[in-house]
Amino acid sequence: MANATDTVAAAPMPRASGRWNQRKIAPWLFLAPGLFMFAVYVLWPIVQSISLSFYDWNGLYNRDGEFTGRFIGLQNYRELGSDPAFEISLWNNLKWLVLYMLALPIGLFLSIFLNQTVRGIRLYKSLFFFPFVISQVVVGLIFAWFYAPNFGLFYLLTEWITGDGTAILADPDLVTYGIIAAGLWPQIAYVMILYLTGLNNVAPDQIEAARLDGAKGWKMLWYVVLPQLRPATFIAVIVTVIGALRSFDLVSIMTSGGPFGSSRVLSFYMYEMALGEIGLRMGYGAAIAVVLFAIMMIFISGFIWKMWRDETQR
Amino acid sequence: MVHKKAGALALVAALMLSTSAFAQDKRVVTWNADYDPIPLAAAEALIADFEAANPEIDVQLTNFDHEGYKNAIRNFLTADPPDLANWYAANRMRPFVEAGLFADISDVWANNGLIDALASSVPSSTIDGKQYAIPYTYYQWGIYYNRDAYAAAGVEPPAADATVDWATFLANCEKFKAAGIDCVTTGSVAKWPVAGIFDYLSLRTNGYQFHADLAAGKISWTSPEARAVFAEFAKLQPFVTENHAAIDWQDAAAIFTQGKAAHYVMGNFAVGVFKEGGMTNDNLGFMVFPEITPGIARAEEAPTDTIHLTSGAKNPDDAKLFLAFMASAEAQSKWNAAVGQLPTNKNATVDAADPFLTEGFQALSTATGGIAQFWDRDADAEYASLGMDGFQQFLVQPEELEAILERLEQARLRLFPQ
Repeated sequence: MANATDTVAAAPMPRASGRWNQRKIAPWLFLAPGLFMFAVYVLWPIVQSISLSFYDWNGLYNRDGEFTGRFIGLQNYRELGSDPAFEISLWNNLKWLVLYMLALPIGLFLSIFLNQTVRGIRLYKSLFFFPFVISQVVVGLIFAWFYAPNFGLFYLLTEWITGDGTAILADPDLVTYGIIAAGLWPQIAYVMILYLTGLNNVAPDQIEAARLDGAKGWKMLWYVVLPQLRPATFIAVIVTVIGALRSFDLVSIMTSGGPFGSSRVLSFYMYEMALGEIGLRMGYGAAIAVVLFAIMMIFISGFIWKMWRDETQR
Repeated sequence: MVHKKAGALALVAALMLSTSAFAQDKRVVTWNADYDPIPLAAAEALIADFEAANPEIDVQLTNFDHEGYKNAIRNFLTADPPDLANWYAANRMRPFVEAGLFADISDVWANNGLIDALASSVPSSTIDGKQYAIPYTYYQWGIYYNRDAYAAAGVEPPAADATVDWATFLANCEKFKAAGIDCVTTGSVAKWPVAGIFDYLSLRTNGYQFHADLAAGKISWTSPEARAVFAEFAKLQPFVTENHAAIDWQDAAAIFTQGKAAHYVMGNFAVGVFKEGGMTNDNLGFMVFPEITPGIARAEEAPTDTIHLTSGAKNPDDAKLFLAFMASAEAQSKWNAAVGQLPTNKNATVDAADPFLTEGFQALSTATGGIAQFWDRDADAEYASLGMDGFQQFLVQPEELEAILERLEQARLRLFPQ
């Protein structure tokens, strides 16, 4: 983004040769709309959120349109440090991150399983892909009913097996795992489709050569197929990490963060604090958003660094 | 928050922009509201009455989706204020009053004798000695009971006028439990239903002033009085429906109507849901929450809905005329009869054919202890939410009492620096 200023600087430069100048300017011209949108809808809100996190503000302007917030420095962050609800949300986010990674092996397994040519395989593939197509809200509702005490299938099943039904969403220790299971359902489908397209690009001659050398089963998968699936794995990891960190819809639909806040994640807590009808503490919500952003930044910069390394090494 | 009916579709709301034909020569009063279909029809009937009496005024009601309204009001009050806006009394209106977005309407109260006519709602409409709201409806909370469940468990149902005392109530709970019936049901996904139970325990154990002071952060959660409330809560805890934390209040209503639970601590708006579930006036009963500490003046919960004049109103004079009309006994009798709630104007009438309204009106008008709004309207929003987390957790994990009280006390000291 720092280069954006070059556009301005490049224009009035004394031209060495018209052709050279054109080459230099053209990419920026093409990038300009994207950069503009990125700056206005991504960078500017980030800057605003960070600055808002130093204020105590209830989101209201007064009649004259003046900002009614009060600057309090790092007070919001200090409060986060001793806020038990924030701690629970942070831990839950970690659980999401770790358990969401299960989508990778399961998705890979399913894609290998489905990567065969039998009659009607397209139908099977689309059935497996189905949960990713339906809205997360629908997924949340389906699982909420599945877990529902007294009439949910899961509840009745546990009642039949153990004699005492388990209402996952009412149990503070199990609730987060229940929601993650719901989230994994579409996520596995997503990873599966990524791997399926990846498998299409696996070179058949290498498989053939490996087979001649006597490789099969796990060895074939590990040493021959997986290395060729690296680009797919890379994308799958990215979307899974991001999916885990922005888990909001399922929490909101299935439990609203309950019981007593035990299934909150950072994004939901931020929403509750800043935009929910309770709270309305914009500054505090912004501080949570900044923390979430910082966690995401760890992963995002890792990915960018890896992409940059791959590109320059080529 | 307290009154959670499913909101009308946003699309429908957007289409119902204006209630009467646009007329150039009339003075326009704009009114933003968040009504469900039945209250909306009742409001439109009132507007028609008002316009008939004041032909030169055109009241234009813009209806919003119930949930969307809570966010919309924050935008339209600054960006494009209507003359009138719906909201709630007590602490819920405080942020708007303090930001100067709701206008002082003490003159409407003074000029129309409302201090006397709306006497029970004066405290909840007043901030710093000035009135900022016209309360036009409220509804009682209390215990609804299923006579069929009483019969199934072989328990004598409460007599018509007699009040049940707390010891008898708990003893009955034992009998219900033995019969496999939940004594008290609730669905606390949205958390506020447990606040209703807590509020009543608190009002009955320590009285109205304690409730108000606790909500205002003036009382320590580790004080003996607060502990006494939780001690009563602990007695009730084993008899409350299991897994309530994963049940919506409407789903708990199904448990109640099916006779799998005997009592439901709820607001009167739930009667419609109970009746949809197949209950009738014959097997549905209402009683006030039992007395716990003998001799304490009985206080009741009755959350109040209000209309406000905005500071940015373009036509405040005619808007005040309409507010005075909404405060009148005739208008309130009509609106509340249509909606099935209680008028706040003491001169208004209640539909005598509805036993729940009659009993509710009776319960509220004889509540010498005072009228509480509800935990999440009396307490500051964040404090209310933390409190409800605590009540819900206690009902699930009563053994965590010390940790809950400690956490609430920390929150109190942070939000209300002593």
